[in-house]
Amino acid sequence: MAARNGLMIDYDFCTGCNSCVVACKQEHSYPVGKGGINLVEIMTPLPDDRIRIDYIPFTTAYCDLCYTRTTRGEQPACVKHCQAACMYFGTLPELAAKMEAKPHCVLFTPR
Amino acid sequence: MQVDENTKVYKMGAWSPGPGCHGGCGVEISVKDGKFVKIEGDVDHPYHEGRLCPRALALGQYINHPDRLRWPLKRVGERGSGKWARISWDEALDTCESKLRDIRDKYGAESMVFGQGTGRDSGGPILFLAYAYGSPNWTLFGLSGIACFTPRLAACFQVMGDMTFPDAAQFFPERYDDPDWKCPEVIVSWARNLQGSQCADHYFSGHYVTDMMKRGAKLIVVDPVNGWEASRAELWLRIRPGADGALALGMIKVIIEENLYNKEFVDKWTFGFDKLKAHVASMTLDEIEQITWVPKEKIILAARMYAKAKPASMRFGQPLDSNAEAVATIHGLASLWALTGNIDNPGGNIITRPPKGVTLYPYSTEEVIQLYGQEFVNKMNLKRIGADQYPLVKNFRSWAMSDDVLKQMETGTPYPVKGLWCQTNNFIAGTAQDPKRHWEAVRKLEFNVVVDTFMTPTAQLIADIVLPAAALSEKDSVFTTGVPCNPIYKVATVDEARPDWEINFELAKRLNPQAVPWANVRGLFDQRLAVIGKTFETLIDSGYVMAPKGDATTPYNRHEKGLLRPDGQPGFRTPSGKFEFYSQKFEEYGLNPLPYHEEPIESPFKTPEIYKDYPLIMMTGRRVGVMFHSEHRQIPWLRELNPHPSIDLHPDTAKEYGIKDGDWVLIEGTMGKAKRRAKITPIMHPKIVMAQHGWWIPEATYNGDGNPYKVWDINVNQLIPMGHNSKSGFGGAFTKTMLCRISKVKEGEEVNYGS
Repeated sequence: MAARNGLMIDYDFCTGCNSCVVACKQEHSYPVGKGGINLVEIMTPLPDDRIRIDYIPFTTAYCDLCYTRTTRGEQPACVKHCQAACMYFGTLPELAAKMEAKPHCVLFTPR
Repeated sequence: MQVDENTKVYKMGAWSPGPGCHGGCGVEISVKDGKFVKIEGDVDHPYHEGRLCPRALALGQYINHPDRLRWPLKRVGERGSGKWARISWDEALDTCESKLRDIRDKYGAESMVFGQGTGRDSGGPILFLAYAYGSPNWTLFGLSGIACFTPRLAACFQVMGDMTFPDAAQFFPERYDDPDWKCPEVIVSWARNLQGSQCADHYFSGHYVTDMMKRGAKLIVVDPVNGWEASRAELWLRIRPGADGALALGMIKVIIEENLYNKEFVDKWTFGFDKLKAHVASMTLDEIEQITWVPKEKIILAARMYAKAKPASMRFGQPLDSNAEAVATIHGLASLWALTGNIDNPGGNIITRPPKGVTLYPYSTEEVIQLYGQEFVNKMNLKRIGADQYPLVKNFRSWAMSDDVLKQMETGTPYPVKGLWCQTNNFIAGTAQDPKRHWEAVRKLEFNVVVDTFMTPTAQLIADIVLPAAALSEKDSVFTTGVPCNPIYKVATVDEARPDWEINFELAKRLNPQAVPWANVRGLFDQRLAVIGKTFETLIDSGYVMAPKGDATTPYNRHEKGLLRPDGQPGFRTPSGKFEFYSQKFEEYGLNPLPYHEEPIESPFKTPEIYKDYPLIMMTGRRVGVMFHSEHRQIPWLRELNPHPSIDLHPDTAKEYGIKDGDWVLIEGTMGKAKRRAKITPIMHPKIVMAQHGWWIPEATYNGDGNPYKVWDINVNQLIPMGHNSKSGFGGAFTKTMLCRISKVKEGEEVNYGS
């Protein structure tokens, strides 16, 4: 059986630009209130009166990993347009291997 | 490329209107039966390599929006009554031609002002129309001190003869893989907000910063706000808004006094070092700490980290343009590049010129002269508003001075202003400080035209004729204010919307046929593109153009090679041929030749008595990535991501004033007030509040009461004055530094717009 596909986010570099959110809406013609990606914002207080801001594009129930695009050999719309180039599409073993070299990543496995 | 029988894909450059930007990206636009279908990034285009911003990705909702202006309108009630009738293009252009001829015949062409906004694709055609008509009064209408980009350009052109951007290998097709490029060890991000100004900005895109962070660059961030970049910075300097000039001097002082400067570069390529050294010796770091709110230990660390990095680059933003003496502040920043030898070196601040000097929208005096000739420019200067008062304004870039244009509209001296051609400028909602004063002045003029893509508060209040502008995919144009040079061409139509270039070309031809010898706009483009060996058609075929290595418009180290000066000698395009710490041009113009700091008109130090009653500093204008200035409030996918005209407050500030998240807040300053919806966030400084700029509520219906789309309820520029621009003319808009106080809006007085 072929390995499952997933979406990996290197969230050290996600700037919260929302390109993934809107790219998904255009690709699937989703209306307001519906989309395959929700951008999550997490604020963590650090010493020295500083806040660390993390953005994580979170796949929703409407994410189909751009099945139509990826079967044509294209990247998912969010991955292609990600301005920070911090989203990766691939098989779970490939993505897990990539994660090992990076400090802060998450892996989504929507089905 | 043909996708199926009816759908074709076209590659071109992206530029406003539509995406809302200063251009640069390459996109692929799908069109079916003459209508826009989809936009994607173009992976073969070097600027963004397929990446694309949310505003461009929402282009379909912009183009096909039910509120788009689709045909010319004429006013059929009193000005501001909200009553309009559809007219034909023939009638619209006939009316414009006849009214503009009347004004020229009766009062002289200079009585017509041609105002642009931030200058998307329309900047070039507005200057083109103004000069063909014979008026010298091309301006960024409403923005005090023309405090966006021009102060930066003016400062850099005087002290070093050119503008710079951080090197992100953007001049090379292979980008970061180019063997001559080096990744900077340190990037200083000064008054920038990557999340907001995330994409195309002439020669640089915000995410070039993340590209270089991945390749090892460390960040020093100068920002009052704990934004994303500050949260990733090696060193974050939380500066008081408007104190940038003082911080620059502090860093200069440390670098000189700790002998961290690049002696070889300073000896060989700079002028006035001893004077700069004596200048900074006279101030102490304790004083600078007090002015900037930045602990001196951090100033020292930042100076050391920047100076020791080989190479290092510096990116800076619009807040510096609005500093009280913006040009002097930017002179200070540029002096840091020169002290450390980070000018036109791989990985430093590289000199940016359009490929082979191609231009349709001049950003410098040299380019204005290239397009129109010295003699014509001299003639225009005789009556250009502000040219006689400010030597720098007279000698740089040919803008009419915005503050003085307003004053002259009011006073009629030395000559009357009778009309406003207002193209892509929503000054009532965004561009102008003291917008009600602008409304009062403009509503008394004889004839006003607004050209835009949507009906705006500005068009509602001031226009006699409204012309519908075409968006990306509906227009022919060329992007020349960055790299690469991109073609933009018409592949779809929306009813009767017309490209800015086409509208202005047609009207210019009617008003002065001699100034418009070309058969059509493409003929004009062909002539302007000759310097890069292209016609408009062949530029479309090649996709984009960059100048080759070795050209005077491609890095590196051009001052060593004699590529910068018109005489072909090594050095910079300045009187001394060197980078001037002590600027001889400024001296000639009666300005301070050395960089210095000046307090804003209101501040805890300048006006302590006002500070007692207005104890918070209001910043506005910080960019929001999903919207561009006053655009995109009606685009559903984008409005969903930024739904409210907000004021950002620190939790402690909110608690002190009894304000909860989502409450409506009254912001009061010494000259005006506005209401905003509270957003409580720990990224703010407790003494600083941040109100988004450019807000209006497009979905609110307008009933002719003079308050279109709730603009007067929410426009925070009502707290900011005109007429206090810098001594040089350029700068001093006080968009980041007005003092204010806040309170919770009384029940029943909230701004209700149905969500």
